[in-house]
Amino acid sequence: MARLSAKQFPQPPVSADTIASHGFSEEEYRRIVQILEREPNFTELGVFSVMWSEHCSYKSSKVHLKLLPTDGPAVLQGPGENAGIVDIGNGLAVVFKMESHNHPSFIEPYQGAATGVGGILRDIFTMGARPIASLNSLRFGAIDHPRTPYLLSGVVAGIGGYGNCVGVPTVGGELFFDESYNANILVNAFTLGIAEKKRIFTGKAKGVGNPLIYVGAKTGRDGIHGATMASEAFSEESEKRRPTVQVGDPFTEKLLLEACLELMKGDCLVGIQDMGAAGLTSSAAEMAARGGTGVELDLSRVPLRERGMTPYEMLLSESQERMLLVAKKGKEEQVKRVFERWDLDAVVVGKVTRDRLFRAFFDGAEVVRIPVAALTSEAPVYTRPAERPQSQDDVQRLDLEKIEEPADLGAALKRLLDSPNVASKEWVFRQYDHFVRSNTVVAPGADAAVIRIKGTEKGLALTVDGNGRYCYLDPYVGGILAVAEAARNLACVGARPIGLSDCLNFGSPERPDVMWQFSQVVQGMRDGCIALGVPVVSGNVSFYNETDGVPIYPTPTVAMVGLLPQVARHVTPWFKSPGDIVVLLGRSREELGGSEYLKVIHGLAKGTPPWIDLRLERAVQHSCLKAIDKGILHSAHDLSEGGLGVALAECCISGPEKPLGARVEPREMMRGDARLFGESQSRIIVSLKEKDLNRLREIAEKEGAPMQVIGEVGGSRLVVHPLIRLPVDELKSIWSSSLERRLRDAR
Amino acid sequence: MRWGVIVFPGSCDEQDVYDCLKNNLRQKVDFLWHKDPLAGKFDCIVLPGGFSYGDYLRSGAMARFSPIMKGVVEFAQKGGLVLGICNGFQILCEAGLLPGALTRNASLQFICRRVFVRLEETDTPFTCAGKKGQLLKLPIKHGEGCYYADPTTLERLHKNRQILVRYVDAKGRTTPAADPNGSLDHIAGVCNEGRNVFGLMPHPEDAGEKILGGEDGLKIFSSVIEACDKRGKRAWLD
Repeated sequence: MARLSAKQFPQPPVSADTIASHGFSEEEYRRIVQILEREPNFTELGVFSVMWSEHCSYKSSKVHLKLLPTDGPAVLQGPGENAGIVDIGNGLAVVFKMESHNHPSFIEPYQGAATGVGGILRDIFTMGARPIASLNSLRFGAIDHPRTPYLLSGVVAGIGGYGNCVGVPTVGGELFFDESYNANILVNAFTLGIAEKKRIFTGKAKGVGNPLIYVGAKTGRDGIHGATMASEAFSEESEKRRPTVQVGDPFTEKLLLEACLELMKGDCLVGIQDMGAAGLTSSAAEMAARGGTGVELDLSRVPLRERGMTPYEMLLSESQERMLLVAKKGKEEQVKRVFERWDLDAVVVGKVTRDRLFRAFFDGAEVVRIPVAALTSEAPVYTRPAERPQSQDDVQRLDLEKIEEPADLGAALKRLLDSPNVASKEWVFRQYDHFVRSNTVVAPGADAAVIRIKGTEKGLALTVDGNGRYCYLDPYVGGILAVAEAARNLACVGARPIGLSDCLNFGSPERPDVMWQFSQVVQGMRDGCIALGVPVVSGNVSFYNETDGVPIYPTPTVAMVGLLPQVARHVTPWFKSPGDIVVLLGRSREELGGSEYLKVIHGLAKGTPPWIDLRLERAVQHSCLKAIDKGILHSAHDLSEGGLGVALAECCISGPEKPLGARVEPREMMRGDARLFGESQSRIIVSLKEKDLNRLREIAEKEGAPMQVIGEVGGSRLVVHPLIRLPVDELKSIWSSSLERRLRDAR
Repeated sequence: MRWGVIVFPGSCDEQDVYDCLKNNLRQKVDFLWHKDPLAGKFDCIVLPGGFSYGDYLRSGAMARFSPIMKGVVEFAQKGGLVLGICNGFQILCEAGLLPGALTRNASLQFICRRVFVRLEETDTPFTCAGKKGQLLKLPIKHGEGCYYADPTTLERLHKNRQILVRYVDAKGRTTPAADPNGSLDHIAGVCNEGRNVFGLMPHPEDAGEKILGGEDGLKIFSSVIEACDKRGKRAWLD
């Protein structure tokens, strides 16, 4: 490989133009000069630009994120590391995190989504955990938008292509379509791994003189300035950014995963970190920051796959499937042997130093010399102006009296089941391997996925939720609802929450209206987390999700993990046997604001989202959990988009066997569409044997949860007296074929 | 008896096979590294699913050149039992131990779901514990599972009764809708003429416990155990 020498690489001069093109404000540049006590050279400017980018520094979100509760009795590691860690007993811990890959996925859907999965997998195994389950949370534009089928097919194939090949099951996720995402899709990827509690590794560069070892794929020019790209809004120019999207190689990732886990069994490793956003620069600088040390890199040793790469390019490359290790001095050969066995490069590229400086040498010459703290803890932090926009009043205005109730509510239910936001997502899930590792107890499509933990009686439940429309209408309430719904989904399978990871997807933080949405959502999430006792252990923020000045709906996605003490006791959402009694836990109100019904049938995204009483929420969830503990529930299903009508239909048709009918008669007196399709929170439909009804009543009463017997399972029709009477076979056929058909029609 | 499960670079289901044999059937199992020669006494060698070498060229095309494959071919020629699951099936076809080839699914998409297969023959070590016509519910998960063989080969497969499992619907009928990947003649798995090498696309190891949705997959493994018990211990490699 032809390498440059220092002489061939004269640093280009730093001009006002280069400063601006690296995204610095004048004030930020002045600060750099102040820190260095001199002008930075071109390479240093690049290093600052990625480390101070919104994506790496969290400069606009930091002050708000501090509000979130991050502690809990079982939390071993909260935010700040590669991923969060929670103790699950039996000497085991789960390690999990969610991350966004929105911008690359819009530009190049297959590779963008694939490398999103690759990145989050590395965040997990870098901590010594074997990844055992992935989820994803996706948002696309309207299903009939010309780009949607292309983007959706590419993203799904990319997620599958990468995850399947690495052998990590994708056990669940969510998919939501809305015009708001037409020009800025969201791809949030989550992975959970399992580790022995006493063999957890962190990204710390400790021990002066210890070698820094580069392992994995070689470095190319791909992804340079990816972190900066993720910190800018989209414009028509974005299409031209396609070459900055990294290309994934899941096979190398698989080798890297196995090699790292093998190495971690031995006694060679001090610290380890994925080279993710901002590549070698951020991994080295962040490890030094956590270790309270400095690092010295010899860039002449970095394995390259392209000719003539400059130090600037090597430091900023976001080539995939690379890790940086800090090994114990003298163990270099042992490390190399492990990676050789897996046919991977392992090269000493530097060492840990005492001076707390980030230094890089190239061909003997020092090209970067920056204090580590300047790149990490002392990066700029902003309290950006935030202001509720005037237009919010108009958005929330909804006069139900002007909304005409459809004459045929059965037809309305059919249209809702045909909505891609409600319809079965099997077309997506069947492209993901959800069996590998043979742990999957409840596969994608239920309220939450359930996996068992081998060698124990325990299980884990996983879900991801977040309704951007609710957050757009009322970001504070929307933030609470995202947390509450995730916890409720866990309760429906019988799991108690142990922690969550989130992606906060918003428009530009430089807009006061967006910052207002952001701060409101975070406050809502905080209140939800505190009330339901769920710590936030990891996550990320993705700003600048806007195109030509129009931001997406504010969209927090909440991936929550729950524990089942006995996995064999889990419950699924669909009805099991004719004759079972159908019970509604919770209380329905006349609430149609922000509902899927209002959007699909009346074309409106208006009003205020359903209100939530967190005490009621807790009572309903606890009642469901206790009834599952006692083994009396045959099914439990959360009411969400589409309300009671859709939830009942799903109870009838979403099972793996033949659909089952039901006859119900809810007692609430309110207009029919609100009774059927209102999205009041804190509601769960359960089914059970009649003889167990009194036991359920006792539990609900003790917890303070309202409950009403609404009907009985059986027959071949879904009857909601006196509003609806439809054959379940017909409902199933609409619901299960809609997504595929609509994608075909849209092409 | 003793099982060997080969680990190729990019294998994904080796642990699933190992755990299924060990935890559900109390078997002795060893992992075998693809770079090592095949050594030791084994009754059945399993080539597990996954994406060996990333399957970047053609599924299984690279793995057949792994050092261990020389020993696997010799083992099979001596009558040793070889079971290829999914990617393992693809490797066995590439290695010439099984006839035919596996091509892109007709849908051009990766497909993961449970299917029914029908046991077509029971006079093999891989199916002897089952009944002819019996249905097994097994998971599939592959992008290249569409079985193809030229007409002469297909005729030979019929004549020698080498088609051991076919995709069927819940009632046991072969229909186009029940065939998930467009396989020729709905073929889900075939054996060689000697009936000691078997490859199939579905994953019996992921259907070994009720809590995972069924235990029909055990039928394949317990057939091997039964056959080995009958034929005496370690009949094939000493």
